[in-house]
Amino acid sequence: MSSRRSRSRHSAASRITDDQIIDLVSKLQQLLPELRNRCPDKVSAARVLQETCNYIRSLHREVDDLSERLSELLANSDTSQAALIRSLLSQQS
Amino acid sequence: MASTAVSNPAVNNSDRSLLRRKKKKKIPNQNQNLRNQAQAAQTEWKSDTQQQAYSSKLLQALRRVRITGGAAPKGGRAVREAADRVLAVAAKGRTRWSRAILTNRIKLKFMKNSASHKRQRVTVTTGNSRRQKKPRVSILRLKTKNLPAFQRKASVLGRLVPGCRKQPLPVILEEATDYIAALEMQVRAMTALTQLLSGASSSSSSSSASSSSSSSVNALNQLGSSRHPPAS
Repeated sequence: MSSRRSRSRHSAASRITDDQIIDLVSKLQQLLPELRNRCPDKVSAARVLQETCNYIRSLHREVDDLSERLSELLANSDTSQAALIRSLLSQQS
Repeated sequence: MASTAVSNPAVNNSDRSLLRRKKKKKIPNQNQNLRNQAQAAQTEWKSDTQQQAYSSKLLQALRRVRITGGAAPKGGRAVREAADRVLAVAAKGRTRWSRAILTNRIKLKFMKNSASHKRQRVTVTTGNSRRQKKPRVSILRLKTKNLPAFQRKASVLGRLVPGCRKQPLPVILEEATDYIAALEMQVRAMTALTQLLSGASSSSSSSSASSSSSSSVNALNQLGSSRHPPAS
């Protein structure tokens, strides 16, 4: 990443302004269920990043769980119920 | 002095002051347009029509997976991959993470080897940089963006969002914003789908036409009718 540039603050990387990043981080904060009710002045940017990582990981886990359940449901319904669902889906209503 | 131009790097030869003024005029509009686009995309992920479209496309993809695959691909893994693929398609190629998901399938085997090497390199550099106390500064004093703790978290986030491993910080933040909205929609759609399917299968097995069965049957009908006629 830009960790190598962290030493030189006058590098070309500072073309990206702090304001831009502040804006993006606060927008991200509004999305997080844990942090959206807290004042943006009291939440550090590192905390927002941390919560974002945690939230994305928990969303991934939820999707994995749902995928498991869906695959079971679809597999189990591979009998008469599957025929029912398939016929429903192929209908032109 | 710090010019905020993200594009147009090759302007060094011309008159600097004049061009700097021009750049400054351009950039606020650019930012405003990007922000509007981002906001529009955000609300899109929350809309019901988006969720409906995603659900029906997901159903199609899952049917295809079932019909063509054998026993092994039927696992949760196959469903997850299909769900991610359909999600990426729903993004209409506007975001990096969606393009990365769609191209990743091809590159996956090659990426695995090179990604582990890169990961080692990244941890070495962050380990060598100066160790400081964890910053307790607020968002406004963004000197933290140069600190190793912050950089480390940013690179972790970059690894979580598909296609953002080597991207600069603002790109990662923007992609993460859209990715989270998309993931939330994915969860909502798959939850609804699971409820529908479990409702439909359980009530049809009890062979009694209850109201719950008919409502889920109607919902499934809606999902099925919102697509084009099947090829088979």
